[in-house]
Order: sequence, then structure tokens, then C-alpha cells
Amino acid sequence: MREEKSKLKGRIWIVGDSINTDLIVPSRVLTEQNPDKMLEATLELVIPDFYKKVQKGDFIIAGKNFGCGSSREEAVYVLKQLGVRGIIAFSFARIFFRNCINLGLLPIVIKEEDDSQNFAPSDLGNEGDLISIDLTKSTILSLNSNKKFTFHPLSPFLQSYLDKNGALSYIKEQLKQ
Amino acid sequence: MEKTIAQKIFDAHLIDDRFGKTVIITLDRVFAHEITTPPAIKDLDQRGLDSVFDSTKIKAVIDHVTPSNDSLSAIQAQIMRNWAHRHHIKDFFDIGRNGVCHALFPEKGFVRPGFTIIMGDSHTCTHGAFGAFACGTGTTALEVGILKGIAALEYPKCIKVELNGKLQSGVYAKDVILTLIKELTVNGATDHVIEFTGDAVPNLTMEERMTITNMVVEAGATSGIFAPDMQTVDYLWPFIKTEYDNDKNAALQDFSKWNADPDAEYSKVIKIDISTIQPKITIQFRPDQVINASDAKIKIDQVYIGSCTNGRLSDLRVAAKILKDKKIAPHIRGIIAPATTEIYRSALKEGLIDIFMDAGFVVTATTCGACLGMSNGVLAPGEVAISTTNRNFNGRMGKGGMVHLASPATAAASAIEGYITDPRKYLEG
Repeated sequence: MREEKSKLKGRIWIVGDSINTDLIVPSRVLTEQNPDKMLEATLELVIPDFYKKVQKGDFIIAGKNFGCGSSREEAVYVLKQLGVRGIIAFSFARIFFRNCINLGLLPIVIKEEDDSQNFAPSDLGNEGDLISIDLTKSTILSLNSNKKFTFHPLSPFLQSYLDKNGALSYIKEQLKQ
Repeated sequence: MEKTIAQKIFDAHLIDDRFGKTVIITLDRVFAHEITTPPAIKDLDQRGLDSVFDSTKIKAVIDHVTPSNDSLSAIQAQIMRNWAHRHHIKDFFDIGRNGVCHALFPEKGFVRPGFTIIMGDSHTCTHGAFGAFACGTGTTALEVGILKGIAALEYPKCIKVELNGKLQSGVYAKDVILTLIKELTVNGATDHVIEFTGDAVPNLTMEERMTITNMVVEAGATSGIFAPDMQTVDYLWPFIKTEYDNDKNAALQDFSKWNADPDAEYSKVIKIDISTIQPKITIQFRPDQVINASDAKIKIDQVYIGSCTNGRLSDLRVAAKILKDKKIAPHIRGIIAPATTEIYRSALKEGLIDIFMDAGFVVTATTCGACLGMSNGVLAPGEVAISTTNRNFNGRMGKGGMVHLASPATAAASAIEGYITDPRKYLEG
């Protein structure tokens, strides 16, 4: 694996448990034909003006059950379009997790250690802090607090999807070979 | 090895298991509606892949916003309509014949025990009521389904839920599933299929089973499944009687291959004595935040009866029983959206529509509508609704609005009082 692909660095946003896909992209913009209008509504009830504040390469740190609710893949699309590099959560809802893989947004599941009963997303730092992710060692380092966390590595099959920027791009490349 | 129902269905459809937990299965049905399918259609078109694997296995409907309420929803419907026409999808349902997908497709006989079904809609789990494996997917997985008739899914792990006892009067399937979601929490069944069993199951109608399987995704489940029985055969009979040579027992015997083995492995077993359940209501913004309706003294602005959870004929009958010769509170806006055209027609013939209109309700088109805040009764900021739908998420029915989920009986009783109300006092005598 190339060095630049195995190490990622970015700012973090902190959100809570059960951030559902209606919160990520509300139904009223699902018929939007203009992608910018859709992006403006991203997480509006969770982080107002997220679309203005987010920067390319940022990560979202979330609690349990991120992406629950509606199957809308637009929830992954808007985050990816806005430059979010990945979601780091204690757990994901099934459809959202699969949509991340299919569109090439990195979903990282934090390992909860036995002694981490009260472990919360905010333990990874504060909004705007920098983290560094080592995909080879499956670790996250908070560059502000120097705390280190481990996560569940993706299976090689899912990782190969992500490396190719999503399922359809991957399949297209496979077909060419 | 002993298997669960979901595992047997996967085994019968398996085409590739080289990838560990993720397996590739063939699909018997791909369902489609006009919110999540147009992005798939457009993407396939842009990639030069505008084709469908089998136009007879794809069933399509315009249901989320119908009739269209602005140019944007009209365009979505147009993309869907043109696609269905272009690919000769005969089972395409537009205005005048349409309805909420998870009520319409079973009503048309499109679901069979043992089938595999995907749709770009998280409540696709509803169809497991027929002993099928059905689940929601995103756009990309839907595209693969449309193109190739296959899906990549995790080989099922299962949770067994035993429903025992008999429901009290005034308590319904919706109260059962809300009770289960509270027990499991919103992610207690993530990556699992819930299989329902227990001595209460033979007495649950297909409509009640659909109400239950509809909401398993609110506990994170991939799908919910009831083993097929004579109720399943009876519901499907008009569509299968030729196939089984007019012999219901032959159909039942054939469907019995979709029963779980006695020693099948379940990650968890949950037992619920449904005779102890009281009418429920959700509070706040998560479907596992459930209390007894009798403990809620909450003023409401709007009552919404409809959706893939509780917009079927039996739901309308229950609401009508409570609303007969009653008026809804003066400050209440009452909305009834029958889930399908046939349900609407039956309600009309039975006189239910008169009861609703006399009580002060409007009866609207057969649409998902206000459930997801797209049309047909969107809330203003600060407004409160009681609704027979499936999600009480913040902003779900309109930005700034609050939704309390309940059974049609609780919704109807609450419409009369203007406050959230235990329906049982309207059902005595």
C-alpha cells in the first residue's frame, strides 16, 4: 500500500448517537436537481451551516448507529461532495455503511475497549482538532491530546472497493482487465 | 446444519460466496419508487448502462409525492414514468392505480414466501411478513439489482422474537412493534434479521404482520420474517390458486420449506407476552423512546393516519370504529391517506370515508406524503402531530415539527380529544 493512502490527516466534527439520514439530508431536498441546493441542507439541524464550515479532508466523529433510517444514498453523496473524508463511529446502520463502501466514503468503526464504559465521541477531541489515521495499523491518533484509539480493520474485499472510489468504479475496472 | 428462514432463502439464491461474510444472491424482485430510483436511472444512463435484467421482475410505482406538488417532484415522476415505459415494465403504477409501495406490492400479489427482494427504501423489510427476505438498499446496490438481478448482502445472522399471548382490546400490532423496538433499542438488531414466532403468530393477520415487519428497521434490523402459514396462503390465494391446482394444502405444504429448523442458531431470543402490552406512543425523536399513551398528556395539532405501516383497510376500519358519530377537536387538522387505491375504494364502499368526513377529516390521495415531510400535511415549526407512520425523527414531517407515533386507534381517539389519548375508552361496550 502506498504511504499517502495508508495515513490520513484531517480536522474533526463531533456529533452524537443515531444521526439519521433525514438529519444528514432532509427529504424536502431529495427531489432537487441542483446538487448545490442539496448540499446546503446537509446536517442543517445538527451543525448549522455545515456546508460552509466543512473543509476537504475533514472527518465526522459520531456515536452509535450513524446513518440510521432512510436508505437514501444522497446522505453519503452530500458528505462526500462536501469533502468529508470519512466517518468514525462506534457503530453504523447497515444500509448507510454499505452505501459508504459503494460510494467510496471511508466508514471507520471504533473498537470499544473493556474499560471504556463511558467512552464518548468527544473523547477523540474537540471540534476542529486534528487527527491522524493509520489504515495499516488501524489506529487513530488525536494530534491535540495525543490519545490513541484503535478501530476494526475493513475486510480486504471492502477495502478494495474503497481504494477504487466505490463499487461501480471498482466493477468497471475489473471488467476492463 | 440447522438453518433459520433467512439463511434457507439465502442458500437457495446463493451464486457467489468467495468474499467472506458478504455473499452474492440472485433477486426475485426489484421494487422501485420515484424518490430513490431516478438517481439510479440517471447514473446508469450516464454510464451507458441503461438496461434492466428482467422487466417482469421489476415492479415500479410513483408513491412518495403523488400527485406531484411542485416541478421538482413532477420531474422525478417523469423520469420514473419514462424509464418504466422505455423498459416495458408492465407493473408500473401511476395516479389512479397507485399506492404506498409496501402496501401496494403485496396487494398485487408480487411477494411470495422464499423470495428475495430489494428496493431503494428502508421499509422494504415489510415484505418479510410473507416469509420472504426483503431489505432496503442504497442507490448503487439498486443499480446493480436493476442491471443484473443480483445483490451483495451479508449472510444473515438472526434474532428470534417470540410473541406469546393475546392482545387486549384497544391494543394493536403497532403497539407490539413499538414495544419490541423499545426493548431492542434503535440499534439492537443491526445487521440481523428478526424472525417472529410464538403462539400469538397464527392469530396475527397478514396486515398485522406487515405492520410489525415494517418497523423492524427502526431497531436496525435488515429484515423481519414471519414463516408462511395458512394466513399467508389465504392472502395470496387469488394469485396462486392456479399454480397450486386449487389446493390450499398443497400451497401450504410447498411454503413449509421456508420454516426455520428446530435447532437453527439465533444470536438472541426475545420473548414478549403481548397480553401485557398497553397502547403506546413515542416521545422525542427516536422510535425506541416509547411510553404508554395513557401517560402522555400532550396537545396535538395534526392527526395523520396512513403510510406503509398503518394505512391498510383494517387500520381504517379501526379508526372508523372510534370516529363513528364523533367529531374531532376543533383545533385538530385530521388527515387520512389510504395506503392504496383499492383500500380507498373499499373504505368508500364500506362507508368509512363518510365516517371520516363527518368527523372532520380530509381523505387524501394514496401517497407516502407527510410521513417523510414531502407533501400532504407537512408540519410548521413548533407543530405537533400524532401519526400512524414509522419515524419520529427530528424534522421528519417538516422542519421544526414533532411526531408521535401510534396505532390508528390511538391516533383516532387523540383526534377526538385534541390530546394524546389511550383509545380503550372509545372501544368499550
